[in-house]
Amino acid sequence: MRLFDRNRMAFTAIVRYPLRSAMLLVAIAIGVSAVLLLTSLGEGARRYVTSEFNSLGSHLLIVSPGKNEVGGIGRIAGALSGTIRPLTLQDAMALERSPYIDTVTAFLPGGASINYEGVERNIEVIGTTHTMRRLFDYEIAVGRFLPDLDLDNTSPICVIGDTIAKEIFRTRNPVGEWVRLGERRLRIIGVMAQAGQSGPVDVDETVFVPVGFAMQMFNRESLHRMMIEAVSAEAMAPAEAAIVRIIKTRHAGREDVTVQNQGSILNTFNTVFLVLTSTLAGIAAISLAVAGTLIMNVMLVAVSQRTEEIGLIKALGGKRSQIIGMFLTEAAMLSLLGALLGLFVGQAAISLLRKIYPIVDFQAPDWAIIAAVVMAVSSGLIFGIMPARRAADLDPVEALQGH
Amino acid sequence: MIELKSICRDFHVGDEVVHALKDVNQIIEAGEYASIMGPSGSGKSTLLNVLGLLDTPTAGEYWLKGRNVSHLSDDELAATRQAVIGFVFQSFHLIPRLTALENVELPMVLAGLRPSKRRDRAVEMLVKTGLEDRMSHRPDQLSGGQRQRVAIARSIVMRPAVLLADEPTGNLDSHSGNEVLEILEDLHNDGLTLILVTHDPGLGARAHLRLRMMDGEISAERNPNAKRNSTGGVEEQVDHSATV
Repeated sequence: MRLFDRNRMAFTAIVRYPLRSAMLLVAIAIGVSAVLLLTSLGEGARRYVTSEFNSLGSHLLIVSPGKNEVGGIGRIAGALSGTIRPLTLQDAMALERSPYIDTVTAFLPGGASINYEGVERNIEVIGTTHTMRRLFDYEIAVGRFLPDLDLDNTSPICVIGDTIAKEIFRTRNPVGEWVRLGERRLRIIGVMAQAGQSGPVDVDETVFVPVGFAMQMFNRESLHRMMIEAVSAEAMAPAEAAIVRIIKTRHAGREDVTVQNQGSILNTFNTVFLVLTSTLAGIAAISLAVAGTLIMNVMLVAVSQRTEEIGLIKALGGKRSQIIGMFLTEAAMLSLLGALLGLFVGQAAISLLRKIYPIVDFQAPDWAIIAAVVMAVSSGLIFGIMPARRAADLDPVEALQGH
Repeated sequence: MIELKSICRDFHVGDEVVHALKDVNQIIEAGEYASIMGPSGSGKSTLLNVLGLLDTPTAGEYWLKGRNVSHLSDDELAATRQAVIGFVFQSFHLIPRLTALENVELPMVLAGLRPSKRRDRAVEMLVKTGLEDRMSHRPDQLSGGQRQRVAIARSIVMRPAVLLADEPTGNLDSHSGNEVLEILEDLHNDGLTLILVTHDPGLGARAHLRLRMMDGEISAERNPNAKRNSTGGVEEQVDHSATV
């Protein structure tokens, strides 16, 4: 029997029983589109995080106080035993002098109230340096960002977010005005462009002050975090070593900082999201296995519906292998058509998601698409074997009589 | 062509053993027109199934075209059916979703013949059975007599040596029944060995060799008006070795 004829026979059988075929197609399509949709969520989240990270630039190191190898255990243990020394402004200035290090951006976040002519509002404060602007691509609406000051400079100047400017100054230009921030008076030198959540803060709700000023205002010894740019991609490793060495020297031989590079952070995220995506794929694959049992059921019905036909084919000289082949082809064709329908529906749903949340690049990974189709077709074949064998094992005399 | 030697076929029904065929010996020559008659339960269907290689005898030997086919595997049986035997059934057994032409093509599809070749042959057979203007009709668009003619076209498309017709007119009115019978007898006149199962004595009488089944036993009678050169009675026939 020719392949073409076998496919045509299977196809005519599929068309002949439209309700049965449609039910099966829908079951398989649900399974396949579920795999696509769920994996696109995981993959979309991964892509979102990766792109956010990559927008930071390529040779970035993140330094935080305390030794923190994997999770929070090291930090907690360190805190309990009291061995963590603060990561001071002087530490940061020492790091700045390393030949491998280009810029040091220090952070100290906090909260305070801002007051201008009796109008008061609670806002976020972040003590930082002029390099933060470039790091996160911030735009300035009016005036300028923090100038290039020494890290320990405590000048009382600030840059305010868009929402703060609108609510406190309304239509007036805030640049050059003096405001109270907690107990201190500062002069506004700039207003940020509207940006929402960008980088580590909600720009619109934040007041940016020099990190030295913030240390004094919040009465802190230790910085919250530093983001350090190496001079080049090649300098990443020596810069990392230099940071550890310098801090160790300054902290009486204790290596009580954590240095993370972008790559290791990205790898961690990628691993986490890959596990998440695989888990989602696995959950969706269960629906494919369920569809497989439906294939078996429907094919068994097909065998009993077509008992006489099977008897006839046997009488006309159809071999056992031919009858098995015919039914397996039918099962495979049904599951392949179902898989294609599922791909179509799944991709349509994903495009819809992208329209609703344009910020996330939802996309089912290639491996999930291939795995979904392969699994649908192979479950069709595997679950089709039993019914096909049952058809081939029918006694021709009894089959011709319809039982 | 066909030689049955001490064929027995037993069925187990519960604890009982039913002897559907008891020591059947019979020769059917090539080109013969034979009828099998008998009441229901007499074993005539079982005999037809054995002759058609759809069923295998419990004991005895069945020689078909000089070959012992009593102990073939399922696939060998299928191949032999395909090459040697054509079937016409009382209930036609056409595949409803295929056209008349496609139904006739089916045996050649199973045999793996080239599409162009089998189309020509299928058309030829449909012309032969007078259905040239019904080729693209589906079975449900055809009358009973037309359906049976499609089935006959299908049965001869592989050029079998033996045609087994099981009550071919049983589901037809007398007019279409006569048409079908004429076609079958024409095929016989062209040299095909025709074996007709019927309960209608009038039909059975038209055959040259009349086989009568009764309680699993066979008796044969030759029509004195037979045109064909006959070898005489049953006992004489058994003496022949398998003739092809």
